[in-house]
Amino acid sequence: CASPGMAVATAGLPYVLNANTLLELSPQEYFSSLQPGRASLVYFSRDGISLSYSWIIKCFQLYIFAGISVNCLKEEVSRYCGKENALMKAYLFRDNILLREFPTDAMFDVNAIVANTLFALLFNEVKYITTLVELQNLENSLKGRSNVVFAYVPAVGTPEHRAVMEAAFVYGVAHQFVLTTEAANLDFTGAEPVLHSLFFCHCQRVPDLTQPCRRTLMVQSLTTLNIHRYLKLMAAPVVTEVAEDPEKVSTIHLQLGLPLVFILSQQETYEADKRTAEFVAWQLLGKAGVALLSSWYFSLPQGAPIKYLVLEDTDEIIALVEDKIKGEQIQKDEDESDNNDQDIQDDQVMEAVYRDRKRELPLELIRTLTEETFNAALTETAHMVVLFYASWEAVSLAMLQSYVEVAIALKGTQGISLAKVNCWDWPDVCMKQNVTQFPITKMYEKGARSLTYTGMLGTAELLRFLRLSSISCPAKLTTIEEVDEYLSGEVHADSSSYHSTPVLGIFHPSMKEAREAFVEAGNVLRGYVTTGLYAEDEALVLAHKYAVPLPALLLARREDHRIDSVSLSKQSALDIVQTIRSQLLETFPEITVENLPDYLSLEKPLLILFNDRGLNRSMRMEMLSLANGKGHEAFLACWMNLKNTPVGRGVLKAYFSTPPPLPLLAWVNRHSSGQVFAFPSDQPVTETNVLAWLEKLKAGLDIPTTLSDEAWKPPLPAYNFLRMMEATLPKFTVHTVYSRGGTDELQQAEEVSEEKSMVREEQVEEPGLEAEEGQSPGRDLRGTVPRLAGREKPPK
Amino acid sequence: MMALPAAQRSWGLLLTFAFYMGSSCTEGASTLPHHNYCIIGAGPSGLQMAYFLQHAGRNYVVFERSHAPGSFFALYPRHRKLISINKRHTGKSNSEFNLRHDWNSLLSHDSRLLFRHYSHDFFPEADTMVHYLEDFASMLELRVQYNTAIIHVRLERDSQAWNGHYFILTDHNNQNYRCSLLLVATGTWVPNVVNFPGSEYVEGYESVSINPEDFAGQSVLILGRGNSAFETAENILGVTNFIHMVSRSRVRLSWATHYVGDLRAINNGLLDTYQLKSLDGLLEGDLEDLAIVKDKKGKLHITLKFYLENSNSSAGAESITLPQDELDNFATRAPYDRVIRCLGWKFDFSIYNRSLRLMPGKGTKKKYPLIKPSYESRGTRGLFVLGTASHSIDFRKSAGGFIHGFRYTTRAVHRLLEHRHHGVPWPSSVYPITQLTNSIIKRVNEASGLYQMFSVLGDIILLRENATAFEYLEEYPVGILAELELHTGRKAHNGLFVVVMEYGKNFSGADKDVFYYNRAVGEAQHAWQSNFLHPVIYYYKQLPTVREMSLRPPDWPLPRPDAVHHIVEDFLTDWTAPNAHILPLRRFLENCLDTDLRNFFAESCFLFALTHQKLPPFCQQGYMRMQGLVGNERLRHHAVEAGLLEDHTVMHFTDELLGGQRGSRDQLLKDHVIPSSSLHYLVTAKDEL
Repeated sequence: CASPGMAVATAGLPYVLNANTLLELSPQEYFSSLQPGRASLVYFSRDGISLSYSWIIKCFQLYIFAGISVNCLKEEVSRYCGKENALMKAYLFRDNILLREFPTDAMFDVNAIVANTLFALLFNEVKYITTLVELQNLENSLKGRSNVVFAYVPAVGTPEHRAVMEAAFVYGVAHQFVLTTEAANLDFTGAEPVLHSLFFCHCQRVPDLTQPCRRTLMVQSLTTLNIHRYLKLMAAPVVTEVAEDPEKVSTIHLQLGLPLVFILSQQETYEADKRTAEFVAWQLLGKAGVALLSSWYFSLPQGAPIKYLVLEDTDEIIALVEDKIKGEQIQKDEDESDNNDQDIQDDQVMEAVYRDRKRELPLELIRTLTEETFNAALTETAHMVVLFYASWEAVSLAMLQSYVEVAIALKGTQGISLAKVNCWDWPDVCMKQNVTQFPITKMYEKGARSLTYTGMLGTAELLRFLRLSSISCPAKLTTIEEVDEYLSGEVHADSSSYHSTPVLGIFHPSMKEAREAFVEAGNVLRGYVTTGLYAEDEALVLAHKYAVPLPALLLARREDHRIDSVSLSKQSALDIVQTIRSQLLETFPEITVENLPDYLSLEKPLLILFNDRGLNRSMRMEMLSLANGKGHEAFLACWMNLKNTPVGRGVLKAYFSTPPPLPLLAWVNRHSSGQVFAFPSDQPVTETNVLAWLEKLKAGLDIPTTLSDEAWKPPLPAYNFLRMMEATLPKFTVHTVYSRGGTDELQQAEEVSEEKSMVREEQVEEPGLEAEEGQSPGRDLRGTVPRLAGREKPPK
Repeated sequence: MMALPAAQRSWGLLLTFAFYMGSSCTEGASTLPHHNYCIIGAGPSGLQMAYFLQHAGRNYVVFERSHAPGSFFALYPRHRKLISINKRHTGKSNSEFNLRHDWNSLLSHDSRLLFRHYSHDFFPEADTMVHYLEDFASMLELRVQYNTAIIHVRLERDSQAWNGHYFILTDHNNQNYRCSLLLVATGTWVPNVVNFPGSEYVEGYESVSINPEDFAGQSVLILGRGNSAFETAENILGVTNFIHMVSRSRVRLSWATHYVGDLRAINNGLLDTYQLKSLDGLLEGDLEDLAIVKDKKGKLHITLKFYLENSNSSAGAESITLPQDELDNFATRAPYDRVIRCLGWKFDFSIYNRSLRLMPGKGTKKKYPLIKPSYESRGTRGLFVLGTASHSIDFRKSAGGFIHGFRYTTRAVHRLLEHRHHGVPWPSSVYPITQLTNSIIKRVNEASGLYQMFSVLGDIILLRENATAFEYLEEYPVGILAELELHTGRKAHNGLFVVVMEYGKNFSGADKDVFYYNRAVGEAQHAWQSNFLHPVIYYYKQLPTVREMSLRPPDWPLPRPDAVHHIVEDFLTDWTAPNAHILPLRRFLENCLDTDLRNFFAESCFLFALTHQKLPPFCQQGYMRMQGLVGNERLRHHAVEAGLLEDHTVMHFTDELLGGQRGSRDQLLKDHVIPSSSLHYLVTAKDEL
């Protein structure tokens, strides 16, 4: 527990940090360890567990006195241990001499321990006064020698007290500190009573000993940092004289972020200007610095953007500075409480729809159905598409625009017609159709159950669905020729533009269950996938041809001119749907806004090649071999054409601070680590390079960009009505305890009823209606007062 | 010793009781007609409950003493004009919304049974109501047993019974019926009478002539100041010398109190003639102090009771002191030809055995039986009070005493019973959290139950874990919010919203000026000061306890919430404005749930999906399930203009120009973490217009 001790500290070394710890010693060990010049705070305990244990540790990591807990149980020798109430106290020793004893309840927290201990140790540096006269006497004695720092705190042991003591610890040599807890001593300020305050009394530079010391109030709150700043400002010269380029001037004020006022002086008026500057400086002391600029020493550069303020009066300077400070504060306050953004729409869909509200949509191609016309309309065409929406709901209205575009695209198509139902007008229709949220698009087929559209809410996607769903699925094929035709894509030539890969199920006639499951799967996928079914005798021939055991699926991939075969191992409808869906995902897809969710659902890291145009052949080949090559199951290789998907640029911008050169290959691991890596742009994208790079990533040899994993919080606060109500309607927030009877009485007093007039149980007083005492009955029934009888029964 | 006579008396009672039982037991207790639900009274609330029970396939019967439903309406109101509005046009086709302005229809699935098909009058004839109720009962084939007056109700203990006892009902033919549950829908039909010296000269509203000719040249005093009093005055206003109306407290105008039971503008002709100095007048005074003296000519003089007490009663009428003898300008010194009592009705307590402990309410609610906020009697489990008689719950506040209110509270009682006795949980729908704002907006704009039964029935939104979904329960009695799980069978572990409608706290009242300048609040940020009926949403992290419910401030429908939102009052009661109504609501919900409930175009979701590890609910529940909102060029352009969507196509050129020159890859990777503020333009959404 060796420390330099208080002597060093009071010599003005601020905050020597020493790695002291709380020592636990036996009394003998303690007294023998005492060294000259060192202070220690001792707490005696019987069990070694001190109440203020953790506080003491904290304190003396900051200060240089030792906190020691002496365990009396170990050796019952110390006279302190013997004392009845010693265990309730902490003792401050210096050089084996007891300076103070503190009741432990005065050491209630870190602030109290630090404040009280320093207060005791800095007995000479900090004078405690009880009357203002004492302060004046002290000031007089110090005139011409030292300045006085006078602080008022309402109580000792408070954080403010601690701040003052800490300042005294550092500046106690430079200035005389004076402390009071008597608010009456502040009378000289004439100011409003404050919680605590600190004055700087300028006694050192008093020109005439008969004059009083000037006192400057520190306006900031009492914290160590504020006092430190303030004392620094007080120590600076009142006026700085400057004879150089003002831009090069640096004073303590500028360093502390305070304004510095330059007063431009001319040689002729120098003395008068200096007096003015000093006057202003005293007014602004602690708020701003003042510099006197002798302009004749240097010439300002021509055309320099300097604005001169010509002021009539020194008050204007002061007002200017003080307003600026205030203005900044107000600005700051406003920034904090400014919630006006709350009323500005930040929902892109709502705002977009709102901005488009005045445009009339060309709705003539879409029938508007009502409760009366709905059922009849369904029977009129083979396929009736109905959009259920709410006219006040933004997503519905956005969808309606796409719906109009679909209607235009389908204009003249036989057997399909489009209609809409506004659920705000016809809630019963929507409820009967099981529409509980908006928007919902359904396709009603004459004599069949309706299909609900579950795809993206967009024109192209809905159009594709409507085109594909009008094909009955699965198509039943009966001959091998039909199968070949089907796989070649000739059957649904018109819908082939919707780049769908036809899926053909092949079953042996005996596989009834699997076939039925496939039919069901076909229905589920209707509108999204075209399916065909072959379940005739020659199924085995097909199985042999495509080398696949039955039951099986054949997928005609038109883009690759290839027919894939898949054996169906699991044969429930749901499994078949899953199999078809996963089979339809490409091995090296172009990622678009529309298909990304499908590929993200694989939950694999993405190896994305960003390009601003289509891929050239070699690059495609390299990527394809990556996609099919070694370890390809661990990730999904894909690419993005920024021409087709401009928002990809936004993705790149978010990954990298500057738009990178394209093509760019990136490893995006969204699901596990949220890390993104960029493939070195100086290397060509080849399978070997990429695989080597991926190895490097695995080894952690590259620096990733990490995707934000922040949750999506409310973008802005809501109106706090509860708080507003609290201010005016406190009864809402304070639970007033009324007994049941009390509440009833209260209500009775409020409500005066018709029946009560006949069958009243108790008299309910209504102020202002009572007849005055001593008046004869009926006196208040004068013609002007339309009342029948007095409220009080007359004395009998 | 004192106990003996009492014991004897009770023995005597027991004997008659046993005899009574014996007569019916001859058939055997098992053959006593049994019904799970017995409804007394085929008025609007009885029929309404019958409809719900029938629809749910329950065993029930309605007992009606008359030969047809709605016998009260066959006689009352005496002047045959209903004061419940029959608004046939609202400019809207939404059937639920239109019920907000149809105060006469009962609820059913049959749209033919809407009152607007029965009457074209805004204030329909009472006969039309009788006709309507007849149709309601017959078209829906409700099981009503007419000409059966229930004269006695008692309990029969039986541990097998739903509530530990059966209700034994006895009709005027001494036929007994055994019921598991009793639904009292008898309304309030016993006229309030007042007894004072001379009250024998008073005619009752129920029997007074309705022919104005009978009042020609007469001076009339009417006791009471409710709608029946004013309706009576209205009828004879043109032919009388003058009408004076006396009541204990000031007149309460329904347009000032927002209570439909107070004086309606349609009846207030007498207020005109009084204030326009046409001899009629209104006085306040206590009827208990009153006395009427008839002179030799048959004229009625008003005096005060204590004059009678002080004078010699044996002397003739002429010897009685009249107020004007002492006070020569006494207000009602002119003699009257007729005095009419129009003091309203009270519940008939007489048929219930004492063991049912069906007690009258206190104070102003004395005319109603005492019930819990669940509409169950405080004294007897299994006895529910419906309709007008259940108005003690919201007397002078909401519409529970009137058809347009109790048709909803009756439905709520039915739902409580379905859960309690048949295990059918309160109907609810589960939605993804993205539909939260929409669900509330839809309901506050169209729901009639919330609108009519404001501050009494509320929609409950129960949040699911992690606030990804919610369950919506409609029109639950908020008075029993604390026992929600018990009554509905739904769980409220993750916080809940309660949606109710309220008038401004200090707006309504008999003495309030409801037309003061600047009475309407227009700005969403001051919505909590709204005066007119407007939606209020309470948020609780936990279900309030019974204790918290009982400690709530008087006049507050609910205890202090964790947060509250008012949707600003609207002149058209149309709360669909995107900026004034929906946006602040969304912010409130977002801050309660601590999430982002905005809608996004698919393009934004795409960007988030590739640049964030987490997604806002709209993208997670829509786009990621392949149901993103693609939108079109035009809408995306608007969003770009609003600064809410970045246009990545315009950067195209500059990028290509700069792309090659931009620094090395090391520089590109300078920012290692993507701050969420890189999507700044979505967060700070300043409109640049």
